[in-house]
Amino acid sequence: MRAEPGMIEAEDVAKSFTVRKRSGRLRRTRTTLDAVDGVSFTVRRGEFVGYLGPNGAGKSTTIKMLTGILTPSSGSLRVCGLDPARRRTELARRIGVVFGQRTTLWWDLPLRDSLTLIRRLYRVDAAAHRTRLAELTALLELEPFLDTPVRQLSLGQRMRGDLAAALLHGPELLVLDEPTIGLDVVSKATVRGFLERLNTERGTTILLTTHDLGDIERLCRRVMIIDHGRLAFDGGLDRLRATVGADRMLVVELARPGPPVVLDGIEVLRTEGPRQWLRLPNAVNAAAVVSALAERHEVRDISLREADIEEVLAGLYRGDHAYWCSGRPVAP
Amino acid sequence: MGVYPWVAWFAFRRYTAYPLGSGAEALTNTVFGFIRASVLIALWRARPGLGGYDTADAVTFCFLTQALIGPVQVFGGMELTERIRNGDVAIDLYRPTALQGWWLADDLGRAAGSLLLRGVLPLVAGALVFPFHWPGPAGAAAFTVAVTLGVLVSFGLRYLVTLCSFWLHDGRGMDAVALVLSLFFSGMTVPLVVFPGLLGTVARGLPWAAQIQVPADVYLGKHTGTGLLGALAFQAVWAMALLAAGHVLTGMARRKLVIHGG
Ligand SMILES: Nc1ncnc2c1ncn2[C@@H]1O[C@H](COP(=O)(O)OP(=O)(O)O)[C@@H](O)[C@H]1O
Ligand SMILES: [Mg+2]
Repeated sequence: MRAEPGMIEAEDVAKSFTVRKRSGRLRRTRTTLDAVDGVSFTVRRGEFVGYLGPNGAGKSTTIKMLTGILTPSSGSLRVCGLDPARRRTELARRIGVVFGQRTTLWWDLPLRDSLTLIRRLYRVDAAAHRTRLAELTALLELEPFLDTPVRQLSLGQRMRGDLAAALLHGPELLVLDEPTIGLDVVSKATVRGFLERLNTERGTTILLTTHDLGDIERLCRRVMIIDHGRLAFDGGLDRLRATVGADRMLVVELARPGPPVVLDGIEVLRTEGPRQWLRLPNAVNAAAVVSALAERHEVRDISLREADIEEVLAGLYRGDHAYWCSGRPVAP
Repeated sequence: MGVYPWVAWFAFRRYTAYPLGSGAEALTNTVFGFIRASVLIALWRARPGLGGYDTADAVTFCFLTQALIGPVQVFGGMELTERIRNGDVAIDLYRPTALQGWWLADDLGRAAGSLLLRGVLPLVAGALVFPFHWPGPAGAAAFTVAVTLGVLVSFGLRYLVTLCSFWLHDGRGMDAVALVLSLFFSGMTVPLVVFPGLLGTVARGLPWAAQIQVPADVYLGKHTGTGLLGALAFQAVWAMALLAAGHVLTGMARRKLVIHGG
């Protein structure tokens, strides 16, 4: 045993489901689906890790194993030094979980009541509860709707309520499964700011599943990417961008169709009539490129886009950079 | 104990938060009570003393069952079933409590709310219109215990049915069977006292009898002394057996669990 065990230690963790499929009138065939197919990683105390991957990659299944809801089919898993499936109850008192598409709150009762129930559930003493509730209320701006029935809350308000619910017992580790999905810009900003402070000021370890590049860029110093149940990447955000060439891209519309523009250090990835797609490495100053372009060409329109995480991921799995020019329309 | 009384209390508040729907159901149950009562009155006119009941017993029984429809949830079903189907059960499974304990507490709170909002109207309406029996204080106390035990048995049965959703992809067949058994063997359709011979004996020994027939008989004062204790013990034994089965099945479900959806 090491002196400082990781907050989460996963070694070759796998989970397979048996799926029955209809094959013909009455016959059914059983197939095995490897939702998580042998992942190993360690999350240390105080880290903020993004856990990414396309839909169906195995993110939620991993989280269900981390929280002890599902038992791994094989491999070994330790969270806070405990085997989650065996010591679920003990573990739940030390970690907090938010399942973004579900709620722990009771629809028909005011938010305040759900939080009271959670205090009883986690046996938080009254004084500690008062302090934490006041703190969470301030940070998450819950005050205006503490006494509103949960069913009347907006998605953003409900999510902030769920975050408070997950943190009332002061967990060491917070696991979030798509907490910003469907949130409006303001709520997203509140949630992000809150998570950032929680991690830096409180030292709460956070594992975050999201599809939102903004979340990742603002919050996660480290990302893990899972695809088809396997870890495809584990490292810093910068390294991810470097690995998959996730530079920005400049889409230029010139006055006339012509040959690819020639600019130092800039690769033209594709041309289509008057439009050209230019790869802009992170080191290159976009403003300089734009003014150089404008000097030499008659430019109709210009737009700069960041690679979004779906495309970065897609590129990563395909092992090429085709994602730059495919997928969504690149119109400004 | 810890959190469970709170779960029950909040469940009570939750189920009584929107009283209009419950009021409508209470009204429906009352109307059906009148229809059933007139059928039963005709039956007891033709066969006085049938099953040891007089006409007032039969009418009281009828309105009692109408009042208990909500509290013992004769028509079956639990919120948990839907949560298993849509995956929200992940939240329930994650909580540091027993799944069955949590939902039992929830159901007791629900039953209390239901008794208040859906039980009182049928009883009072029946009592005002028909010859009716009211129990004394001791009878009322015994009835309270019997209804509580009836709710426990009802929960035990419904919880077992619900847990099957973890294994079955489509629970409709199961629900239908559970509904028929519940309606027929609880005494809801006809008092079990009129079931003849062996069928009657068997029906009165099954757990469904503990939901309605036994509380109703206790109310009507059909059991006294050790008979009363026996009736309550009958309910308690079924409640314990069902809850024990629920406990075992919960463990099995946790082990070979399938949670639907992300
Ligand atoms: N209970 C289940 N039964 C069968 N297959 C499942 C079950 N839960 C998840 N899966 C499958 O496992 C894979 C991973 O799912 P999930 O972990 O929810 O993905 P993600 O959260 O990354 O979108 C998917 O193919 C999904 O369909
Ligand atoms: Mg998911």
